[in-house]
Amino acid sequence: MPTIYVDGQQLSVKEGENILEACLNAGIDLPYFCWHPAMGSIGSCRQCAVVQYQNEEDTNGRIVMGCMTPVTEGARFSLSADKGTEFREAVIESLMLNHPHDCPVCAEGGECHLQDMTVMVGHRDRRYKGLKNTYRNQYLGPLISHEMNRCITCYRCERYYSDYAGGTDLSAQASHDHVYFGRHEAGVLESEFSGNLVEVCPTGVFTDKPLLKHYSRKWDLQSAPSICTGCAVGCNIAPGERYGKLKRVHNRFNHEVNGYFLCDRGRFGSGYVNSPLRLDYAGLRKLDGSFQAIHQQAAVDTAAEWIKGKKVAAIGSPRASLEANYLLREWVGKENFAAGFSDREGQVVHQIAAILKTTNALCPSIKQMEAADAILILGEDVTHTAPRVALGLRQAVRNKAHQLAEQAGLPKWQDAAVRNLAQDQRSPMIIVSPLDTRLDDIASELVSLGADDIALFGSAVAQAIAGQPSDNSMANRVAELLKEAERPLIVSGSSLLNNAVVESAAAIASALKDSDRQAMLSYCVPEANSLGVALLTEESESIAGLIARASEIDVLVILENDLQRRISPSQIDQLRSAGAKLIGLDVLENELLSICDLVLPAASYAEAEGTLVSSEGRAQRYYPVFTPAAERMPSWKWLLDLPTACGHSEISKLTHFDQIVEACAASCELFRPLTKVAPDQGFRSHGLKIARKTHRYSGRTAINANLSVHEPQQPIDHESPLTFSMEGINRDQPASLTPFYWSPGWNSNQSLQKFQAEVDGPLRGGSAGQRLLEPQTETFKSTASTTNHFKMQPSQWQLVPIYRVHGSEELSAVTEEISELAGEAFIALGAVVAEKLGVGEGDGVIVSHFGDDQSLEVKILTRVAKNCIGYSAGYAQTLDFRVGSFATLAKDPQWQRRTPQLIATDGGNKRPPNDWQESLHV
Amino acid sequence: MNDAQMIQTDRTGLLTQEEIRQIDAELAHIPYKSGAAIDALKIVQAHRGWVSDESLQAIASYLEMSAEELEGVATFYNLIYRRPVGEKVILFCDSVSCWICGCDKIKAKVSEKLGIDYGQTTADNHYTLLPVPCLGACDRAPVMMIGDDLVTHLDEEKIDQLFSDNQSGGDQ
Ligand code: SF4
Ligand code: SF4
Ligand code: FES
Ligand code: FES
Repeated sequence: MPTIYVDGQQLSVKEGENILEACLNAGIDLPYFCWHPAMGSIGSCRQCAVVQYQNEEDTNGRIVMGCMTPVTEGARFSLSADKGTEFREAVIESLMLNHPHDCPVCAEGGECHLQDMTVMVGHRDRRYKGLKNTYRNQYLGPLISHEMNRCITCYRCERYYSDYAGGTDLSAQASHDHVYFGRHEAGVLESEFSGNLVEVCPTGVFTDKPLLKHYSRKWDLQSAPSICTGCAVGCNIAPGERYGKLKRVHNRFNHEVNGYFLCDRGRFGSGYVNSPLRLDYAGLRKLDGSFQAIHQQAAVDTAAEWIKGKKVAAIGSPRASLEANYLLREWVGKENFAAGFSDREGQVVHQIAAILKTTNALCPSIKQMEAADAILILGEDVTHTAPRVALGLRQAVRNKAHQLAEQAGLPKWQDAAVRNLAQDQRSPMIIVSPLDTRLDDIASELVSLGADDIALFGSAVAQAIAGQPSDNSMANRVAELLKEAERPLIVSGSSLLNNAVVESAAAIASALKDSDRQAMLSYCVPEANSLGVALLTEESESIAGLIARASEIDVLVILENDLQRRISPSQIDQLRSAGAKLIGLDVLENELLSICDLVLPAASYAEAEGTLVSSEGRAQRYYPVFTPAAERMPSWKWLLDLPTACGHSEISKLTHFDQIVEACAASCELFRPLTKVAPDQGFRSHGLKIARKTHRYSGRTAINANLSVHEPQQPIDHESPLTFSMEGINRDQPASLTPFYWSPGWNSNQSLQKFQAEVDGPLRGGSAGQRLLEPQTETFKSTASTTNHFKMQPSQWQLVPIYRVHGSEELSAVTEEISELAGEAFIALGAVVAEKLGVGEGDGVIVSHFGDDQSLEVKILTRVAKNCIGYSAGYAQTLDFRVGSFATLAKDPQWQRRTPQLIATDGGNKRPPNDWQESLHV
Repeated sequence: MNDAQMIQTDRTGLLTQEEIRQIDAELAHIPYKSGAAIDALKIVQAHRGWVSDESLQAIASYLEMSAEELEGVATFYNLIYRRPVGEKVILFCDSVSCWICGCDKIKAKVSEKLGIDYGQTTADNHYTLLPVPCLGACDRAPVMMIGDDLVTHLDEEKIDQLFSDNQSGGDQ
């Protein structure tokens, strides 16, 4: 460890780091803009200037950039020398020449890195009297707002968007004093990760557009540590609330999982929490089919009356907490509990769980995946099925660049130099999929195969690794590439609902492990708690099985599960006509609830606590951001009250959330660590609970003055060590309890570094969550046989689901902005098929599938396996399409182009609406 | 097709055979297609006088770049014209040597003669006037370029002569 001197203070610093990092690590505040812990240095903003001295005699020194200067043994620096402080102040002053004085109307105000740095350097008075540049802003879609006048040309946005996230439609344009960051022309930003611009930009150029519709300052938000429920990746989030509305979602750092970044579904997909479709009161269905609102207690009593002494069964939910699913299963008994997967989904997800419990390969965190030096993806469009993982894979292929840099003696943080050195050399990534994927641009090999063929290909790769090459030369080549790696990663998942694909991935990982590679195996699964529910239930009754015996059941309880998305309309009819009373618990209104006899309003993730198990097998806790409105209750509370009212002997002993966690942890060996996921209710930091509100929270006494002038009592949190108030502390608690980042002098999200043990390192106290799955001993062999599983009829096409970040996930799709981006359901064809049918992008095609005709808009694919066509998965119109089944196609002559301005390629590219004004500040 | 649809489709077809031939000649020397970005922009500008949005999109798709990536290059260079210019561009040096030799007065004369300021084009579309920082002919300052021709030792008389038959003066 080199020793350096900063203003006479002797510091032991990390080998290879730069002066800026060394200072931040030592708790010394050195201002910066362009440097970012995940993106390294380019030395463009000149804000981190320090004075370096040759030796002890040198009193003059020279200015160097902290972020561009590596630490060397005995090096001497000063932050306090006049030369440096004047320089840093001059930098801010020059940035301010063109910066508007509009903090009061700027969405960044109060959490602005530029404000913080301006105060830090002591620049106060503006001397410049001239005109400021004004720029024309662009419409960038419904998620991101653009205000170029505020730009300080740090280049972070462009480096994040293009270099880090692989986007191609945002660039730095023009030069000297009129550099511009934007698109070639106005239009929706195409990247699925565009929202991170909001946090990456140190000023108010890129801001959260939905937040602007109901704006609140950071200091006025009440926040809680939470977990994204958008998919199974389990990114850590910090949602903020005010006036009973969920205002926005910010990233919550987890070194192992999401790091500094979220996907756009995670950041912007929570609008449904404020939706008018939310259920407020319990509803009892009357004879005429309408619902009568009843109070919580009446609902519980009614249910108990129906249930006592009767046969009750239940369907769980892969999007509900482990606690709610656990209670429900305990209540009705294992044999009467369906995990809530559709039949094929259940088979695949349960198999994934079974593999991960026994495999000798590592089920990696995103951080571990980023270290992979060769990647094979089998049958997943990861960007759309596990978005944040895909962003990690984009970093992993850069390991080649890091390797080259190391050989050249370049530190990894010398970002521009490392990128220049590597150009487009990347670590190998092989994608085997039926259709295009969003990672195709960084793949070294693309193989287009249907689901069953992917499994065969995978088996061939596994065998070749084990020393038995087949006559499939591509498979042999892939095997070689993987064997050349030290840390090969296999990614697969449940998208294609194909067990053989899942097995073949496990077989490859095992074969690599047996050849002494640090093999990693990661599966994408559908929903936030799919893996948790699969681990909880092992093999369970299927929904179809329960429906088949619905006539023997008196009452069926359905937890947070819109069965329409999982079973056919005829099965729904069967369920309806079986005569069992249906009790539905959910967050949003849906068609299924309309056939229930009793509907119970569940709190959303933002109003409840719970544990979710991510696809990494990481159990993570989320906490209510605010208390549920009206008579909503967390599902786990309903599922305590109902069995208790029915006289369930075990469940009625439980009253608190912590007790359920303990009971669930005790229920099986694998779940033991659940009690360690987060501290229990009794935890205190410095003798205090953790405050959800900032200490500058304004208007607490007056916030409801329109209803009553008496200050309302702050709600009490009986279930967690957090308070719904500004009283309390936000310092030194474990990472799982940090609701937001703030530190004196650091109001922006850059204050995160004050919570990290070291720059870009884990949070103090370790990363949140508990991994439930560690490598075991089992070696998997693939059982995929070489016989073709299906016989194709002429002019029949196999349906392949296309998942979309915007539109495929049930709850987020209700969010206005997400549904706008999702657009209409579609069918995706290869160019050859399209030509045969005589259709092009935007035309209509009639898809016939199990005797049902659907007219859908056509998208054209660039890469497609023989006989495959894609369809929008999870969209209302295509819910009945069955993965892997066959359809016939015909041109729809009646078709009217619906969205002439919407074009075609991935991500869509919409022009601004006609009434859109270029600048918000006219 | 409306504009928005055009952008995403392959617009290479908008380049002429000759432009493509010249771009291909540049491509032969470099490992990455995008490396020919500046040359391709210059080639198209040489044929068309300036680089329109449509031309930029066509070049981008030919070089397998996004329009944004190429836009970054095109707008970085002042001498790639992203707006229409007159038949001849006057690059008037306003840098230090020419300034010492009184270029300000000469610039005023040019503006008066042609009726245009920096960034403007004469009504007859003959000339566009742009400032340039040093033409590398300081020894003959003040200087300017008219199209491809360097004009040195400028004085007001010379300006009078050069633009004596100009019809556009005073039109604006
Ligand atoms: S827009 Fe923001 S991130 Fe981009 S250069 Fe300007 S200040 Fe930096
Ligand atoms: S990747 Fe998944 S968990 Fe992470 S932010 Fe996106 S939707 Fe949420
Ligand atoms: S942070 Fe060092 S130059 Fe910008
Ligand atoms: S300063 Fe005008 S040519 Fe050099």
